[in-house]
Amino acid sequence: MKVDRRSFLGLGLGAVAGIAVSPVGLKLTDDSSIWTQNWPWTPVPVDGEVTYESSVCSLCPGSCGISVRKIDDRPVKIEGLADYPVNDGGVCLHGIAGLQYLYDPARIKSPLKKNGDKFEEISWDDAIAIVADKLADIRKKGSPEKLACIADKEQGSVSGLFKRLLKTFGSPNFYTMPSLESYLEVTAAAMHGEGKTIAFDLENSDFILSFGAGIIEGWGSPVNCFKANASRKERHAKLYQIEPRLSNTAANADKWIPIKPGTQADLALGLCAVILKNNLFDSNATANFKGGFHKLAAILQKNYALSKTAEITGVKAVDIEKLAILFAKAKMPVAVFGHGRGDGAQSLKELAAVHTLNCLVGNINKKGGTFVLPKNEYLEFPDESMDSIADAGFAKSKTGRYVNQLIEKVNASSQPAIEALFVYNTNPCYSLHDPKSVKQAFGKIPFVVSFSSFLDETAKEADIILPSHTFLERLEDVPSCAGLAKSVVGLTKPVIEPVFNTKNPGDAVILIAKALEGSIAQSFEWEIYDECLENITSGIWDSLSEDGHVVISDGPGESTAVNVSFLADNPVTIQAQGDYELTLIPIDNMRLINAGTTASPFAIKTVSDRVLKGSDIVIEMNPLTAKGLKDKGFAILTTPMGNARVMINLNEGMMPGVIGMVEGLGHTLNTKNMSNKYVSNKGVNINDLIGPVIESGSGLDAAFGIKAKISKA
Amino acid sequence: MKQENNKAHKFGMVIDLDKCTGCGSCMVSCMSENNVPFKEDESNKKDSITWMRVYKLTNGKSFPDTEIVYLPRPCQHCGGKGDHGHSPCISVCPATATDYGYDTGIVSQIYTRCFGCRYCMGACPYHARYFNWWDPKWPEGMEKYLSPNVSPRMRGVVEKCSFCYHRYQAARDTAYYEGRDDIEEHEYQTACTTACPAGAIVFGDLNNPFHKVHQIVKPDPHPDTRNKHVIGKSRNPKVFRLLERLGTNPKIYYLSEREWVRKQGDNYLDGEWDEIKNHHGSSSHG
Repeated sequence: MKVDRRSFLGLGLGAVAGIAVSPVGLKLTDDSSIWTQNWPWTPVPVDGEVTYESSVCSLCPGSCGISVRKIDDRPVKIEGLADYPVNDGGVCLHGIAGLQYLYDPARIKSPLKKNGDKFEEISWDDAIAIVADKLADIRKKGSPEKLACIADKEQGSVSGLFKRLLKTFGSPNFYTMPSLESYLEVTAAAMHGEGKTIAFDLENSDFILSFGAGIIEGWGSPVNCFKANASRKERHAKLYQIEPRLSNTAANADKWIPIKPGTQADLALGLCAVILKNNLFDSNATANFKGGFHKLAAILQKNYALSKTAEITGVKAVDIEKLAILFAKAKMPVAVFGHGRGDGAQSLKELAAVHTLNCLVGNINKKGGTFVLPKNEYLEFPDESMDSIADAGFAKSKTGRYVNQLIEKVNASSQPAIEALFVYNTNPCYSLHDPKSVKQAFGKIPFVVSFSSFLDETAKEADIILPSHTFLERLEDVPSCAGLAKSVVGLTKPVIEPVFNTKNPGDAVILIAKALEGSIAQSFEWEIYDECLENITSGIWDSLSEDGHVVISDGPGESTAVNVSFLADNPVTIQAQGDYELTLIPIDNMRLINAGTTASPFAIKTVSDRVLKGSDIVIEMNPLTAKGLKDKGFAILTTPMGNARVMINLNEGMMPGVIGMVEGLGHTLNTKNMSNKYVSNKGVNINDLIGPVIESGSGLDAAFGIKAKISKA
Repeated sequence: MKQENNKAHKFGMVIDLDKCTGCGSCMVSCMSENNVPFKEDESNKKDSITWMRVYKLTNGKSFPDTEIVYLPRPCQHCGGKGDHGHSPCISVCPATATDYGYDTGIVSQIYTRCFGCRYCMGACPYHARYFNWWDPKWPEGMEKYLSPNVSPRMRGVVEKCSFCYHRYQAARDTAYYEGRDDIEEHEYQTACTTACPAGAIVFGDLNNPFHKVHQIVKPDPHPDTRNKHVIGKSRNPKVFRLLERLGTNPKIYYLSEREWVRKQGDNYLDGEWDEIKNHHGSSSHG
């Protein structure tokens, strides 16, 4: 066939027309877009029946009710539980992200035994046997008091079981980490007597005077505080916030009163002085004062005259006077202590000074004020059986008053002051000041047992790890604490079968006790923890298991005496350590966690790039303090404890002369085999830069910040 | 009532910035509800996928007069000029991967249609859209918490806030099953709304005078007298929208008592704000 010009063009045009009308082209484009998006490795979540299960979150002392949405047996979402007496439907970001902890890459998947610098997986039977053998040895040597335990809190049945194990073993050395609840109990013990705690009725108060308490930054029971804060507008309640930095609470408050760091106690006493001087106190209330009220009044008039207080605190004299009058004349005023989240270092002087304000205006055990309540005691353990070794050991005095003193003693003595240590649900090698010395002490203790769910800084120091279920996998009673005006006991219930080879820590304790035999085993007659819990909560078990919670009390307690002897002795204000020009203070950020569990990947994701940038921590300082340092530039921050490379955030909300660094970063959750790269190796742990400063008298670590200097990197 | 129910919905939100504490619950609730992935470093906020993002605003004054306010920003679900459904992103999408729901006012995103040209991201004045530069990867086992209600996205597509559309579908299914015509206000609430511990977010139907969001916003149904493209301007003097004068007609309203906060809702020339600050939706017509 001859292809002439005419047929060539005809064929060409035909082809063009053919392709144009053919669906093949469109079909191919469509196919390619489908195929390019058909990624077999993108997970397709399996559908199923939707159910909701109620439980209680125990990630922080807040103890919020949660509702877990499940698809068949998979939990897929955590939400707040409506009508729960603590949080009524609200929930914080850490609770919502709770499911991420179940599958956390740093989770410990089975019992571990340290071998050199590596951990080896062992069976539960072997692990319990090793622990029991070691403890039996210590007992044989006749020094049972050298078994110690550090737990996150004193309340609840699991802590109760640890305490019981120590007691029947013969050791008084049970310690809890500093927390808002521990400070509330210390304050109550100093001013109202032992066995009590303090609660703040924020949701009914019309004037909240907060000495740095991060009401919306995780202080107390966080969601409850969020709600109390949000309802201020409708209730016409005022919030005045006193702290050196424009925190979120300060920004949300009706007024922010900047104050020199570490002088809140002085301001509180200065306010007391004004109230006394102007006869604005409640004389019915002061009639209950003992321990040297007149002595205290004299000290206040002498040392805390307006001009002096103004000089110490940096707050203007007129403002102090106005504030005192406003506070005293409010209908239901309440003064609140606790920097940031309230679990950091704190002096009894400050706690007592702030609480004295409450006592002076007579808001104790009144609606909208502070409640002095008996410690939440709903557990009825049967009597222990004690053998002679237990009796002798338990009668000895504790090695140290608080954890800090324990660490100090261990580090100071050449012989092991402690032979074996249990660590439950807390991370002292990260969250205490100067973690290096804590790790050193752990190194000197021959046998450390961790009950952690995650391979955190403290678990890494352990010889044996008996991994715990997370709060989503176990049954446990969760008493509310941390200043909540209601006493509520919630019930955490397992919403999923254990993901790994872990146990309820209560079961681990019972197994250890049984393996120790004799009177110790006799004191742990329960087969399993669940049976124990039902048994020791028998008074409330029916409603606890049915409703998921029990409200034990929701109102003020009985009137109580006020002891002001600690302040009447005129204690000194703790000064920040060192003599550099600037002061470094910790910042509590709601999106990060300082104590206990580490923040989840979701929570870390929400952190601003003005707090964390790549692996660099960003510090806040006023432009006036910067002296040539540029915003987003780098600098070296030096304190008496060490130094760190930091990025600069010039922030007008920071008092000149003060540097702020966020708490909760700088985790090292990685070992050779496991790592949580989403959370780990980001920024600096501020505790590395601050050393403990112990307040004489109270024995508390009271170092709020430390002196620092900053230079160009 | 019957008549109200037959009217098209216009779902929207009003966020009380005086109540917002910047706690981040809304962001995490959104991520958890919608299977949003995470990666090792999320501090480069340009590639960090957050359908709901909380911005920090300051009044720019020096110590101690500084103030801070947090502003949560989901997709604004713009109605476009004249509220006709021609949102900036929809107008530019060559794949019809994003579309306007005339019955709900919700701007959808269909991941499997999207081929990643990112025109919509360029068009969106609110930076509410995010591109998947990488495949999502969950640590081993963590994919077990993914919800079947929202498909995980793949590399190369754009994603954004959907007003938790699957919750609307679920509520509608329930209503249908129970033989009801329409859903109640509380039956359809977004994940951020229910999570907010401060109760700062109010969600509902802007067209329904019985819904709280309508009662707070009091949207003016008529075009704004200053700009005919602006519909639904709030008659509440404390309420504003972001870049309202563009005429994008967002369905996210913000509430603040503080004037400096309301002023940050747009960029004003010198003197412009004073002229505009007392101009609200008018109750005179209608």
